[in-house]
Amino acid sequence: MNIATLLQMAAEAFPERGAFKCGDDEFTFGELWNAALIAAMRFQSSQCQHVAYLGEASPAVPIALFGAALAEMPFVPLNYRLSDGDLESLASRISPALMVTDRRLDFQVDGLALVGIKELLAAGAAETLEVPLDPEALAVQLFTSGTTGAPKAALLRHSHLFSYIISSVEFMSAGEDEAQLTSVPPYHIAGISAILSSVYAGRRVVQLPNFNAQAWLRLVLDEAITSAFVVPTMLARILSEIDAGASADCPALRAIAYGGGKMPVPVIEHALEVFPNVEFTNAYGLTETSSTVCLLGPEEHRQASASDDPQVRGRLGSVGRPLPSIEIEIRDQAGRPLGPNMSGEVYVRGPQVSGEYREKRLVDDDDDDGWFATRDAGMIDEGGYLYLSGRADDVIVRGGENVSPGEVEDVLLVHPSVSDVAVVGVPSKEWGEAIGAAVVLEDGVAGDEDALRAHVKARLRSSKVPEYIRFVRELPYTETGKLLRRLVKADFQ
Amino acid sequence: MSQYRPGTRLYSAVCAAEVMVIKCAAAGEVACGGHPMSTAPVADKSGLDAALAEGVLMGKRYTDEADSVELLCVKPGRGSLSFAGEALKEKATKKLPSSD
Repeated sequence: MNIATLLQMAAEAFPERGAFKCGDDEFTFGELWNAALIAAMRFQSSQCQHVAYLGEASPAVPIALFGAALAEMPFVPLNYRLSDGDLESLASRISPALMVTDRRLDFQVDGLALVGIKELLAAGAAETLEVPLDPEALAVQLFTSGTTGAPKAALLRHSHLFSYIISSVEFMSAGEDEAQLTSVPPYHIAGISAILSSVYAGRRVVQLPNFNAQAWLRLVLDEAITSAFVVPTMLARILSEIDAGASADCPALRAIAYGGGKMPVPVIEHALEVFPNVEFTNAYGLTETSSTVCLLGPEEHRQASASDDPQVRGRLGSVGRPLPSIEIEIRDQAGRPLGPNMSGEVYVRGPQVSGEYREKRLVDDDDDDGWFATRDAGMIDEGGYLYLSGRADDVIVRGGENVSPGEVEDVLLVHPSVSDVAVVGVPSKEWGEAIGAAVVLEDGVAGDEDALRAHVKARLRSSKVPEYIRFVRELPYTETGKLLRRLVKADFQ
Repeated sequence: MSQYRPGTRLYSAVCAAEVMVIKCAAAGEVACGGHPMSTAPVADKSGLDAALAEGVLMGKRYTDEADSVELLCVKPGRGSLSFAGEALKEKATKKLPSSD
């Protein structure tokens, strides 16, 4: 069981079909397989133990990913926005390694060899290689963004990624006209799963290395894009671009999937209006679960947005129901399973769940039957829909009462003066933690603390009304749209 | 009889079919077209039982009634798959919207 088999199957079934395009670089499935074989031979003869990739999206990413799989070496995509200092420390953790990059590094690490990105794209003759069989071999190692300390190295084995793909994607199910636009960076799990899913579905991928809304809309039109994956901040920017006058006319576009962070309900509601003919899918997943574990599908989006029933309508704020191969439980702090509509921590189990770091294995097969504690807080309703309310570590404990930031944020976000908001715990002598809200106002609106408090008080218990409100120009996000709550918190102290 | 390890690739003795073991939780033999499948490619393919020639389709998963074994077809062929004497069925899958 090896992810290279996924590409081998696609290349055997449809060798001539377009597989990847980025700018002027284009590869069919047959060419991609050939390039992966050549890369594998190069990796094997290098005496290295890891294949790293440092750069923007390019067809060299799938080539290096599948080439590393064929050479049975872990593929380690690195964040190209990191400083040389940070990269040096990551490189020393994976050496001896071959790094595919065009960047000039101002450091040297023993055992680190460099290969240019263009070299992987060059045509050539490949010898056949047997695809390795060991399902336990490491396929991908992703460094976490390190928002809480030094980056951790999350490990995904071939069995995890392979199981995810064959249980969630139908082989060669994409039509010849289908084209997927991906704009997530290669070092993000969504960047990896986008490659694997599209290859197995036989769907052509168009890569947009540096997301901006204008370029995204232009590519959707020029390349007759039929589907796309975006993180919530990207969707919000695309909608702003359209609100500012850009055309929303994308005749070929049929589907947009989104995930990677919390989608504000007003944004998805607006998106459904702007793109009435597009099917929306919300995907919830983590690096440690090989991407998606829960889905809110197009039909559920339609039902929710058309419904007057608050519970059905509220599903636009849910991440949907688990994939058929996945089990989800909500547990309390003692690890006991909780019933419907009770908030706790989200636990996940299934063949795609790794929960493993180079430093530590979080899933204990012997003691805990493969359940992984996600550290996400949430609840499941009677219909089986999962609602997330932030990270379990972000829960504010105010005078012994648990307040989830997401609940307060959702209420503030629907206030007409609020464009974006982050709610955090602020140290308090009286309560242990008090509630602080950092609010970004809509353009040209004056902030009114009392009005916002009254708005929350009318909808939630008074203990959930923010004691502290700060008006800020913007909130700190990572480039993939993850809110850096730690920085918001620091501003209140 | 020992169990197959996940990841094992099996080759038909009677047709072009190749399958990969995804899951195997019981002892038994995987056969194609009435003949045991082998862990190495078979040069001389013959003896397909005409009664066991429904075929295996590329990219489809096959399981037994008890769900103790699951095979993925990585190369199509003409024979029918069986495990421990029981004919395997194509696994019913729910079509999911693309989420990546």
